[in-house]
Amino acid sequence: MADQSPAAVEFADFSLWYGTFQAIYGVDLAVKEGKITSMIGPSGCGKSTLLRSVNRINERLGYVRTEGHVRVLGHDVYAAENSLVQVRKQVGMVFQRPNVLPLSIRDNILFGHRLHDGGKDAEDALLESALRQVLLWDDVKDRLNRRAQGLSLEQQQKLCIARLLPVKPRILLMDEPCSALDPKGTEAVEELIWELRGAYTILLVTHNMAQARRASEECVFMLMGKLIEHTATDQMFVSPRCPETADYIEGRYG
Amino acid sequence: MTDRKADPAVDRRDVAWWSDKAVSVLVFLGGISAILFIIGIFVFITREGFGFGEHFKAGEIFGSTRWAPTSDSNPTYGILALVAGTASVTGLAMLIAVPFSLGAAIYIAEFAKGRTREVLKVLVEMLAAIPSVVWGFIGLTIMNPLIIQTFDVPIGLCVLNSGLILGLMAAPIMTTIAEDALKAVPDSYREAAEALGATRWQVTRRVVLPAARQGLLAAVLLGVGRGFGETMAVLMASGHSINLPTSPFDSVRALTATIAAELGETAVGSPHYQALFMLGILLFAVTFLINLAADLIVRGIRKG
Ligand SMILES: Nc1ncnc2c1ncn2[C@@H]1O[C@H](COP(=O)(O)OP(=O)(O)OP(=O)(O)O)[C@@H](O)[C@H]1O
Ligand SMILES: [Mg+2]
Repeated sequence: MADQSPAAVEFADFSLWYGTFQAIYGVDLAVKEGKITSMIGPSGCGKSTLLRSVNRINERLGYVRTEGHVRVLGHDVYAAENSLVQVRKQVGMVFQRPNVLPLSIRDNILFGHRLHDGGKDAEDALLESALRQVLLWDDVKDRLNRRAQGLSLEQQQKLCIARLLPVKPRILLMDEPCSALDPKGTEAVEELIWELRGAYTILLVTHNMAQARRASEECVFMLMGKLIEHTATDQMFVSPRCPETADYIEGRYG
Repeated sequence: MTDRKADPAVDRRDVAWWSDKAVSVLVFLGGISAILFIIGIFVFITREGFGFGEHFKAGEIFGSTRWAPTSDSNPTYGILALVAGTASVTGLAMLIAVPFSLGAAIYIAEFAKGRTREVLKVLVEMLAAIPSVVWGFIGLTIMNPLIIQTFDVPIGLCVLNSGLILGLMAAPIMTTIAEDALKAVPDSYREAAEALGATRWQVTRRVVLPAARQGLLAAVLLGVGRGFGETMAVLMASGHSINLPTSPFDSVRALTATIAAELGETAVGSPHYQALFMLGILLFAVTFLINLAADLIVRGIRKG
């Protein structure tokens, strides 16, 4: 590849098993810093699994085994000497369904900050800047102490993005962040993701080809646990290199 | 009933139809009978106890510690000492049971994995099934000499003994209910917090416990209700002597134990008999209120 910008996330011959079932087969992938990379592929091909390997959140299950390496900003995430808490501070994650915590809007936003012993004085400024970055400040500035669960789904998902920002992550993982939203909400959140590019490296899983095309600069196509193709989004949709990619893009898989 | 002629082709009153009807009637009777029994018990206790009205002197009953219903010259019915006995034993029991059971519930629900968790759950349920007379027996034969030896006191049947026993008895039920409350917290909360970099304990303390606090409160209340109504173990381990306790080593007598011990020896309809039923009404009312509170709290969880 001619592009010389360094990799923010790097998979090296990475495989993953759920019990005895192998879900990821020797993936090599370098995600470019500061860009939006979308991951597409048919249902069950391992997009979520690969994404969830970056912050090791998969391992909550207890029966997950991995081989190979994942490096985040040069640090091997699976090496014993690297702290998982530090990794998760640098890598924020947005889930498919907005999962705001049963706390106030303020406490949701500052949750991560407080976990990592951030100072009390900075709180108000962080709160405002995080909410402004996700274009939510004007909507909620008068009800910061109300429960976050009272917000609309679109606002909740924006809040889920906003609560990552106070701990200053470098990478944002997003697993189908718009799939629970209506078209208007989808558009708003997509626009927001587009706004965040450059400031953060974003890995975006999506089922929606149009979304991948609109909202990403790089595109990764996966099939049955393997990485098939990784190129610039424009190129992937105009002249895919692999026949499988072409088939998928033209709608020949589910 | 209209007088239209039944068309045999669409007349659906076959075996399945009749058995469906029969079962719904049976289920209805079963459901309604539980309510009828409760109302029946309430009416019975109230009727037996309300005859006490003519001897009823509020000042004496709630103001005196002298419970001497069998005295020939001067029968008095002060329940203060009995209330204090029940309250001190239940209070101590909760002091012991709440931290233990919440700790156990948190461990089982949030930290233990796989087999450990399953084994622990079965063990806790087995503990909950131990009959109260066995607990009383333990209080009488194990705790009693132990307390006498350890603290160098003349008698080991006291608030400390029965409070410990009652605490151990209430803990398994409280653990089970508290664990259910923790389980009811959606896993997506834990996942969200963990992804933000929270450790297991941070997830528990900052997310799971606040989210489950109503269920945990209900667990504690049900434990209190259990302690309040327990009779046999308290009768055996408390020393059963009328006393306003001033230290954990004082013997006391509980409301429930008084009823159990004295009811068999009273003449039906006598003032003593009626006074015991009055104690029953009091117990009934208090446990009812505690359970109602717990129930309302649990309902609150389901709604919001
Ligand atoms: N917790 C799990 N336990 C066992 N197998 C799992 C688990 N999660 C996913 N899998 C399996 O791993 C494979 C990849 O799943 P994954 O969720 O990563 O796919 P996906 O590409 O995200 O699919 P979708 O588009 O439907 O979200 C699937 O075959 C799935 O059945
Ligand atoms: Mg998925």
